[in-house]
Order: sequence, then structure tokens, then C-alpha cells
Amino acid sequence: MAFLEVNNLVKSFGSNTVVKGVNFAFDKGEFISLLGPSGCGKTTILRMIAGFEHPTSGSIKVEGQDITGLKPNQRKLGMVFQAYALFPNLNVGDNIAFGLKIAGMPADERRARVDEMLKLIGLPGFEKRYPYEMSGGQQQRVALARAIAPRPRLLLLDEPLSALDAKIRVSLREEIRAIQLDLGITTVFVTHDQEEALSISDRIVVMNGGNIDQLGQPHEIYNKPATRFVANFVGHLNSIEAQIVDPAQKTVTIDGQTATVPSMPADAKPGADIMLTLRPEVLSPTPREGNDITLTGTIADVTFLGSVIRLRVALGKNVVSLDTFNDQRTAPPTRGEAITISLASKDLLVL
Amino acid sequence: MKANKFWPWFIVILGAAYFIVPLVATFIFSLRMRRNELSFDAYASVFSDPKFFSTFGYSLTVGFFTIVVGVLVIVPAVYFVRLRMPWLRPFMEFVTLLPLVIPALVLVYGYIRLYGSSSLIPFTGSVLGTDILLTCAYVMLALPYMYRAVDNGMRTIDIGTLTEAAQIMGANQAQIIGQIILPNILVAILSGAFLTFAIVIGEFTIASLLARPAFGPYLVGIGTNKAYEPAALAIISFVITWGAMGMINVLGRFAPRTSARNE
Repeated sequence: MAFLEVNNLVKSFGSNTVVKGVNFAFDKGEFISLLGPSGCGKTTILRMIAGFEHPTSGSIKVEGQDITGLKPNQRKLGMVFQAYALFPNLNVGDNIAFGLKIAGMPADERRARVDEMLKLIGLPGFEKRYPYEMSGGQQQRVALARAIAPRPRLLLLDEPLSALDAKIRVSLREEIRAIQLDLGITTVFVTHDQEEALSISDRIVVMNGGNIDQLGQPHEIYNKPATRFVANFVGHLNSIEAQIVDPAQKTVTIDGQTATVPSMPADAKPGADIMLTLRPEVLSPTPREGNDITLTGTIADVTFLGSVIRLRVALGKNVVSLDTFNDQRTAPPTRGEAITISLASKDLLVL
Repeated sequence: MKANKFWPWFIVILGAAYFIVPLVATFIFSLRMRRNELSFDAYASVFSDPKFFSTFGYSLTVGFFTIVVGVLVIVPAVYFVRLRMPWLRPFMEFVTLLPLVIPALVLVYGYIRLYGSSSLIPFTGSVLGTDILLTCAYVMLALPYMYRAVDNGMRTIDIGTLTEAAQIMGANQAQIIGQIILPNILVAILSGAFLTFAIVIGEFTIASLLARPAFGPYLVGIGTNKAYEPAALAIISFVITWGAMGMINVLGRFAPRTSARNE
């Protein structure tokens, strides 16, 4: 039996339907990310699980119990908000103990649990501090401790890292994942940041316009995107315009250079246009074993990103991006240089 | 470049003089009870009058209950309007301004007609009933100030998210208002409370027409019978009011401790 189950969930605000019949089921202990651009319905789904929004139709079950009609304070869930939402009038210890106090836990047990939580988030001795005396990252860790202190059945994270700066974002997401694995708590994480979702999730739900476009493990989402939207949204993607030469042989021309592709659309006709896509990292600026297509072009732009150098190569009409590692012993390529790039035909996606 | 500060200072001094000169004159006059020398005799006379303390004590008590009732009515109202019915806010703004537009005299005549001893709800039939009616009237009078103070207090905290954060941890509405919302807007409530107090202490019309022994009617009564004591009382009233205003400022300094801050 699935631990968290969402069946035909629909949510409309007036005539605007933001969640259009979503289904998913997850096991206990999974870390699930709802990923998508703003307005895709991911936050609305999370808020319906929390009980802050009531579904127009459909049901939500946790541990087999239908919680659709329950009030938020009856659901036994924990939640971390984007804006921390620590209670400004309470110090860190009282914030963490809030849910325990409401649940009627005796004072000495409460104190022990608060100490345990502060150790877990790496802030021992902070219980007398007030939220305004702490940095954003510290506040969000306290918010996490507050959410998990009452041992909720499900932890809901509503873009908890969005308000933090880049470095803290990375370290805190690793911490969240470590704590989640340590406690084995089933977690639903809402984010619009694909890198965040890919790095910490067991499974990812990619949302688009109120529907699920793809549900799968991070490597499945990245390597085998089910739709053009998923391919574009998750990771960087090159689009190449090509013309079909022979549908039976699966041959195409890319700016006058012939290549074979792994599949063809059913209605493919010779001479017709076809859109091929591929990830920047499957393109190589040097010959590589297994790469059966070589294309020549000129370097249109060079972006130095530290460990990686991103090149934009003009093949004619098409311009593709490719990533190459920075080699400290040689200078990066320069604009206008001629370049031969290679790729494996099996890496081409026909979407 | 040195800016010409003459005109700004001129206007500030002119404005200050407009307020301060009559006050200084009143103060000096209040010291002249004894012929040809300055003394605090008028103040001694005021403080030796037992009616001063009894009426002041009465107004203090009514003021306290006015604040309590006002908080109990206004805090939940503002909270629910901000949280669940934001479209109702313009209407609330309008309603809370009405006490400034409708004269207290109209209000009290309305009360006497509605709640007179021969009416269905004879509030004025007993002393306690009249005191309750007076308190309710003062809650109305203080509404514009209390409402704005509480509304401003709630604006500084994200009540929507704080409410959700408390709800998901199992808190009910009463626990949320009592343990989270109220403590976070305490400074705002206190500033509203001191304004309410300042209004109640000096109010004359309603207390007088309901025939209650309040401080306002006492002030007026002294004014019609004596020469120097009213001036002394005016100064005392000012000091009390300023004390209340000063408390608002002092408490305002503590505001950052309790209000939410976003980086």
C-alpha cells in the first residue's frame, strides 16, 4: 500500500483550473520533488496535502487514511515555508517546542526533544536566541526542526531554499536530505529549481500547466525526458533543425551534413523538417569512441564557468551549445575558431 | 553648500509657539493663586479634593474595561478580515471612521432612547447597566484609533503564513490568536490602549448625559466654579495624556523584538 496517495486531484479557482486531475502514489521514506515553473500547480498540490486549500475534486490519502476533509491541524503533518514563518515572539527553543506543547507533551520530554532537534540541525545552544537574531539559513534550519519535532507522518517543504543565497542553498539542501534519510521521513518538496530537484530526490514529479508531464527518478527525467517540455525544463537542451533524407534509413541532413538518427516519427516524409534535441554534454569538441556523427562549424561564443567552459558553435543555421572541461594547461578556445564536434547518434532525442 | 535653513526653522518655531504659548500661559496662571507670588497652591487644592481621586479612579476603571472589550472585539475582527475576507477591508475602514463623524451627543441620545429605563433592554435602569453602556460607548469612540493601531500591527507580521505554520502543527484558532497573533501585535495594541485611555480620561459629553461620576464632567464642573484650579487641572490632564503618548513611544522601541523581519 502506498504511503501517500493522490487520486484525480483537481483544483479550480473560479474558472481557472490550476490542477487538472493529478494522480501519484509514493512509498514510505521517499523524498519526492514537485518540479515545475511558477503557475504549474505544484504549490497548490502541496497546499491541498497540507489542508490549506480544499480540492475541487479528488482525494488525498496518507497511510491509507483519507485526509481530504480534515483540517490542517488534524492531519499530523509538518511543513517548512519559503518565508521561514518562525514565530517572532518565541525564541528558538519555544518555536521548536510549539507543536509539542500543542500536542500536550510534558515539559521535560519537550526540553529533551528540543535539545535533540537542535543537535540534529547543528545549532546546539541556540534555544534562547530569537529569530531576528539569526541568519536566513539558521532560521530555515530552525523551521525544519520545528516541523519535524512532533514526528509528523509527512514533511512538506514549500520552496524552503528560495529565499537563501546560493552557497547556503546548496549546503542546506544537502543537510535536509541527510536529515530526511536519517529519520526516514516521507517528504514532499516543491521547487522550481531543477538542479535542486535532481540532486536530492528519490523521485521527481515534473508538472506543466496543472498536469504531470513525467514522474520518475532523477536520472530517468534527465536522460529520457518524456516530453519536449520536460527536456527543456530539466537541464539545458540544444534544438537542431534538420531535414529528412530517407525515413526508412533514418537519415537526415543537418546544415548540409548527413547523419543517422535513432528514431523517426511515423509520418516522416523525405524533405520534411524535423526537430532533433540533445544535451550539451553529449557533444564533444574532440573525437570520442562511439561518436558516429561529426559536424563542423565555427565557435560563436565562449562562456567561462569555472570548471566548465560552455561553447556555442554555429553549424550554419543551427547554433548548438556544448560543455567541455576547463584544462588549466591550455587556453580556452576563442571566438571565430573552426571546430569539429562529434556525437553519438543514439544520444539524439526526437521529440 | 550651506542650505538656507531660515524658513524651515521659522515655520517650526511658529508652529511650536502656537501650541506652547497658551500652555505656558496656562501653567503660569495656575501658579498665581497666591497673590503676588508663584506657588503650587492650586495643585494642592486639586489634590486635596477627594472628588478628584474618585472621579479619576472611576474613569481609570472604565478606561481599563474599554480597552479590554475593545481588544476582544477588534483583534479577532481585524484578524479574520485580513486573513479570510480582505475584500471587506474598505467597508471596515469606513465603519471604523464613523465615530469621528457622528457627534458623541447624537450617540448618547441614541443610547438613551434605545436603552432607557422604559425600553426592552433597560441598561440605564441600574448603575452597573449604565456603567456597561458607558464602556460600550467608549469602545465605539476609541474604535477609529484602536482599529488602526491593531491593523498596523498586523500589517507588520505575515499573519497568513504564521497562521498556517501554527495550524499545521496542530493549533486551533483560539491558540493561534492567543499564542501567536496577540503577542506579536502587543506593542500595537498597547499604543491603541493608551490612545483609548487618553480619550476616556477627558471625555465629557457621554459621561455627563449618562450622569456618571467621571473625570471629564468633574473637570468641567471645576471649570465653572473656580478660577485657578481649572488651569492646574488642565496642566495635570496634559501631563497624563503626554505620559500616555510617551509610553507609546517607549513601547515602540521594543517593537523590533516582537515583529517579523525579512532580510
